[in-house]
Amino acid sequence: MSFFLHLLVNGLSLGFLYALSALGFVMIYKSSSVLNFAHGELMAAGAFLFLVLTTWAELPIPLAFILTLSGCFLLGFVIERLFLRPLIGEDLIQVIMLTVGMAAMFKGLLLFIFGGDIHQYPSFLPEAMNLHLGIIQIPSVYVATFIIGILFLVMFGFFFKYSSQGIYMRSVADNQPAAMSLGVHVRRVFALSWAIAAMVAAMSGIVLGIINGINVHELSSIGLKVFPVVILGGLDSIGGAILAGVIIGLLETFTGGYISTSLREIIPYVVLVVILMVKPYGLFGLKEIERV
Amino acid sequence: MRKLHYHLCGNYKESYEEELAIFETDFGRTWMLIGIFVLLVVIPLTGSSYTLYILNTIGIYSIAAIGLNLLIGFTGQISMGHGAFFGVGAYAAAVMTTRMGVPLLIALPMAGVFTAVVGMLFGIPSLRLKHLYLTIATLAGQFIIEYILVQWEGVTGGAEGIAVSNASIFGIELDSDHAFFFLIFISLIVLTWVMVNLIRTRFGRALVAIRDNDRAAEGMGIPIFKYKLLAFGISSFYAGFAGALFAFYMMTITPEPFNMWLSIEFIAMIIIGGLGSVSGAIFGTIFIVSLSEILSMITEFLMNYGSASDLSITIAPLREFIFGLSIVLFIIFEPKGLAEIWRIVRSNFRLWPFSY
Repeated sequence: MSFFLHLLVNGLSLGFLYALSALGFVMIYKSSSVLNFAHGELMAAGAFLFLVLTTWAELPIPLAFILTLSGCFLLGFVIERLFLRPLIGEDLIQVIMLTVGMAAMFKGLLLFIFGGDIHQYPSFLPEAMNLHLGIIQIPSVYVATFIIGILFLVMFGFFFKYSSQGIYMRSVADNQPAAMSLGVHVRRVFALSWAIAAMVAAMSGIVLGIINGINVHELSSIGLKVFPVVILGGLDSIGGAILAGVIIGLLETFTGGYISTSLREIIPYVVLVVILMVKPYGLFGLKEIERV
Repeated sequence: MRKLHYHLCGNYKESYEEELAIFETDFGRTWMLIGIFVLLVVIPLTGSSYTLYILNTIGIYSIAAIGLNLLIGFTGQISMGHGAFFGVGAYAAAVMTTRMGVPLLIALPMAGVFTAVVGMLFGIPSLRLKHLYLTIATLAGQFIIEYILVQWEGVTGGAEGIAVSNASIFGIELDSDHAFFFLIFISLIVLTWVMVNLIRTRFGRALVAIRDNDRAAEGMGIPIFKYKLLAFGISSFYAGFAGALFAFYMMTITPEPFNMWLSIEFIAMIIIGGLGSVSGAIFGTIFIVSLSEILSMITEFLMNYGSASDLSITIAPLREFIFGLSIVLFIIFEPKGLAEIWRIVRSNFRLWPFSY
């Protein structure tokens, strides 16, 4: 029983991490229909920036955190301006391969600068945050992740619902020509969505770095894990991404715990294919109505 | 003998057959014959073993890239599992020759057919899925096949792989780069010929119709699922055939090379070469293979001559950076790829000196 609970808690927290990483991903897709293969590398970029600021520059943690997020916000802007803007209106495959190329560039650069070793953040989370629920113990990292995650979700909820930029972003996602004719600056919305997505990616990168240590390979492979999550949830649904993240996290830990650890790596993909055959647009994805 | 036509100074086509012809003039045909002569006679006589090794690699990957181009460039179904299909072909050929003693000339097409069946199996999601959803479903296929190659130890030998015995055709041992050169390039020429003609037929035009708008294609009476599956099948046949050649050429195969990165390299080849162009797929392969060869030569050079061996270790990731950079630059500045550059260069020559 305690093994089961242990797996449950692990699965939930893993799923929550996936959901958090998927968030920035869905955001880009929703506003600009770009499938971002460089998401894992963006996460790594954020995690390493935080590492540089905390261990080398030795800034206080909150300041470093804020600086990292704003740095990645800028990085998102730059990426959109340099790489994505010339491609507006190009084929799907070109855009996909562009992000793949970007992923290779970032990965190469990060490996060049930081090497392939695992780096650690200085520990800064208070011991008091360790939660004891009966027999299970939840480490402080997960508690912090959970709190930050919920905070961000609520913030994004409000941002999309009430702020004018958020409403612009939703309108572009919904109907780009209509939004344009109503005076929404579509290119600015694209830029903003990349900036926000890079920021969210940085945050999930930092959280993952706290839990597993920061490693370029590790983070970029988690970037690939995001695909089953977002596709399962439906590419354009934030709620779907969260639910799918939890489903896949649980699936992975339970398969790893009860069946075999090697199967754990591919079980998300198997489930993904099966579910897609039944629901081609994922669990909550918007069905595209096609007209000839 | 008929008079040879070189440059036409206008459009004199009188029938649809002329419109569909591969070579508009005898100029192209002559150059192709010269090219084949140089390829099959001059290069093997003069080239060193190392040159031939690179050319062989280009030849093998070209076959697979041409196949992928049918699927992505002509049918518009983005597949990220091509590297895995390449691996399936390699393993099928290796298992057939080592366990069942099938001769090479039969094992090659058989591996292709087996891969085609596997490819069609993983193409089934294309019945309902489109665009990004299909892309990720094929990515799932890539991971699932990789897993099977590693875990099904009874057949694939697990992570240790399979050693393929010496290849021979009619008692002639293929034991050098030169011998393989002929096998690979004759296969490449035949398969290119098949592909160029395939896309001029009814079948090929149906695929292009599906790419441009599959609903409209269906409305015009094209059974889209059947055609999509066939496209997956043929494209995987090419991948499997190339994989089988790879297995015989490399002598030992392990699951390691057939990873997602290989699939990405294949897509990079056809994008850099030019989507929807058979010659483009070959250009792109030449570009990617030479790029990675040059980059590894630079790394090696620095490893031998660099003052500190640390330098080469830190330089290695820059290969990935440059690889990514070249993909990005190509997509931004020449999205139609090398085939388009080649077309521009050619028409500049043709129109010179009055290029307006």
